[in-house]
Amino acid sequence: MKIVTGNDLKTGAVTWWTGSDWSIHVDDAVDAGDQAETIAAREEAARNVNSPYVIEAVTDADGKVRPAHIKDRIRALGPTVRPDLTLKPADPTAGNWVI
Amino acid sequence: MYKYDQYDQAMVDARVAEFRDQVRRRVEGRITEDQFKPLRLQNGLYLQLHAYMLRVAVPYGTLSSAQMHALADIADKYDRGYGHFTTRQNIQYNWIKLEDTPDILADLAKVEMHAIQTSGNCIRNISSDHYAGATADELIDPRPYAELLRQWSSFHPEFLALPRKFKICVIASEADRAAMKLHDIGIRIVKNDSGEIGAAFYVGGGMGRTPMIAPCINPFVPLDQLVTYCEACLRVYNRYGRRDNKYKARIKILVHELGAAEYTRQVEEEFAHLLTQDIEPPLAELERISTYFASPAFETGLSDDIDRSDPDFALWVDTNTVPHKAPGYVSAVISLKPAGGIPGDASAEQMHLIADLTKQYSFDECRVTHTQNIVLPHVKKADLHALWTSLEAAGLGAANLDRIGDIIACPGLDYCSLANARSIPVAQKISERLSPRSAELGELKVKISGCINACGHHHAGHIGVLGVDKKGVENYQLLLGGSEADDTSLGKITGPGFDEAGIVDAVEKATEVYLAQRTDGERFLDTYRRIGINPFKEALYG
Amino acid sequence: MADLLRFRDDEPVDHPAVTVDAYLEQSNAAAVRIEPGDDARALIPHLDGLRLVEVNFPAFTDGRGYSAARILREAGYTGEMRAVGDVLIDQLSAMRRCGFDAFEPDKPLDPEEAKAALATWPQVYQTAADGRAPIWKLRHG
Repeated sequence: MKIVTGNDLKTGAVTWWTGSDWSIHVDDAVDAGDQAETIAAREEAARNVNSPYVIEAVTDADGKVRPAHIKDRIRALGPTVRPDLTLKPADPTAGNWVI
Repeated sequence: MYKYDQYDQAMVDARVAEFRDQVRRRVEGRITEDQFKPLRLQNGLYLQLHAYMLRVAVPYGTLSSAQMHALADIADKYDRGYGHFTTRQNIQYNWIKLEDTPDILADLAKVEMHAIQTSGNCIRNISSDHYAGATADELIDPRPYAELLRQWSSFHPEFLALPRKFKICVIASEADRAAMKLHDIGIRIVKNDSGEIGAAFYVGGGMGRTPMIAPCINPFVPLDQLVTYCEACLRVYNRYGRRDNKYKARIKILVHELGAAEYTRQVEEEFAHLLTQDIEPPLAELERISTYFASPAFETGLSDDIDRSDPDFALWVDTNTVPHKAPGYVSAVISLKPAGGIPGDASAEQMHLIADLTKQYSFDECRVTHTQNIVLPHVKKADLHALWTSLEAAGLGAANLDRIGDIIACPGLDYCSLANARSIPVAQKISERLSPRSAELGELKVKISGCINACGHHHAGHIGVLGVDKKGVENYQLLLGGSEADDTSLGKITGPGFDEAGIVDAVEKATEVYLAQRTDGERFLDTYRRIGINPFKEALYG
Repeated sequence: MADLLRFRDDEPVDHPAVTVDAYLEQSNAAAVRIEPGDDARALIPHLDGLRLVEVNFPAFTDGRGYSAARILREAGYTGEMRAVGDVLIDQLSAMRRCGFDAFEPDKPLDPEEAKAALATWPQVYQTAADGRAPIWKLRHG
């Protein structure tokens, strides 16, 4: 599936297109299909997101969204070398998800 | 240390106001991201993997305690409690909000700091020897020349849209502790046969995708023509540097394609013209700047004795202090590389402590090194034990200067949007595995980059590691034989790459070849240069 | 011409600029247009009849035009130096310093914003083509 990601213009936070808005959680991302590029352009023009781009992702066995490339998995989680600063600070092994 | 006068302060303040207005116009949608990007980059603001990142300039790596405290305060107030010292002697913060940036720049301006031209296609922060003003082997303190060029290069109207970034380094000793020949312009302050001081220009060096060692294009530029000569070098580059391919846009490609002789001829022609244009500040300006870099009032009659009864302390003294020009003093290196830690990271608390120690023990001055450590340049030997005790308590006492644990690593794919692979975990695993053998291995410089842009200086590592993307999987190439010191050389790739566990094993194997083959007193690099790459290849792939 | 921002009192040239090559072949034109790859120095022997030099910026990120402008000012050219093309508010102050005294951007500039941008720098660090005394001169007289 195709999902849309970018950064919040003011805060810089990594965000994902949910179908109606932007979320910092990749699990909220939806398949934007062949509308992905259109959504990215429209949302950037409205300054709801900065520098959006479209990536490939899959839904894993647990039904969770998993970006195809490691770079976007690290974006989705946070720095693997600082688990305390990721979106899952209580789970020190969360970094294994990106590999 | 240099102090701003009313003019310097007014320029930095004007820059803060300018950027505040630019941020406002960006948020209001009056300029696009494409238009804003070069503006934010020239104020040090990147859009990185997780957030905006702000790179703050530390001109020629020199900081006062008040400035270090201010950097710690920024980490606490606007970021997530830490900062990362870089291979350009700067500091960067990883979790910055766009809307906070003008306030951060205003806070920096209050302590005579800025983020001007720390990124973008312009002249970047000017780097220098981190032992400047403290080492006995320098001809003169190089930093006044760096400050002169800092002012010349700041907001230079002709050179704000260069083909690519441009890095200048100034040193003043035969020993090269700043990778001078791996810069776009490397300047060595020298004395000629008549005893006059001038500048040798090395142009067209660099790492990145096409590493090159800079050729000397002029062995002696008189001091009262230094700025003009730089201007000539830059103008030729601005006019003729390639703009068709960003990977070929650095000046090293221009110098290489024209040939050093032809580039030099064009520079000399431009230089002859520019000498008529009143470009050069008078020597009185250099003298004015130099007064700020006068030697501190070192005490005399100090003892050189150090109580070495504590072996851990003695090891730290032997490893992390270097000789000083004044009797009874040393330069002490604070390692930001605890075993298994993140190279170059320091917490706000650690920065506050370093600031306090800077004030207490080092005439209110510290330095950031291109190897991502901090130097207290002027410490009395009698104070070393107290200093070390404070550092140990804060996790800053690692005794590993230029040893296997003193690894340069770029932020890599944990933070950087350009990276292909993570650098930090590789550094951590090598450090954890091999730090116990640090003393046995001796001087061994490991440098790790997470992509071909080479921020981790992998070409210049005795052992270098380059992270690449192999069909979406992190892969690491091993390089051997690089050096950024006076004997500058570029490392060679050993062969096929490795996965993360494999590269750590490969580095260990390389050290085993060294230990088996070395003769008395040989460093890793010496053994490699003597026996060549083949014995290492056999051990790695045989 | 409605969107021409001009800091000169003389009358603008009223005919189109020719290319550098055309000007060098037949130099009775009073207006020439420099593209980023052109060698501004080629014009130096022929400055006398020139009243307008347009320097084109197809992309604001290509800074060759800054050098072109300074080179001609250093050679003594006193006619109009006009930046055309992708000319934006945030580059105006540097362009002015390099000797531009007219701006004809693809997209109109807000006059108030342009005025503010040109007043960005209270002082300047370098000698350039705008005649401003650099800070070192203020320090040492």
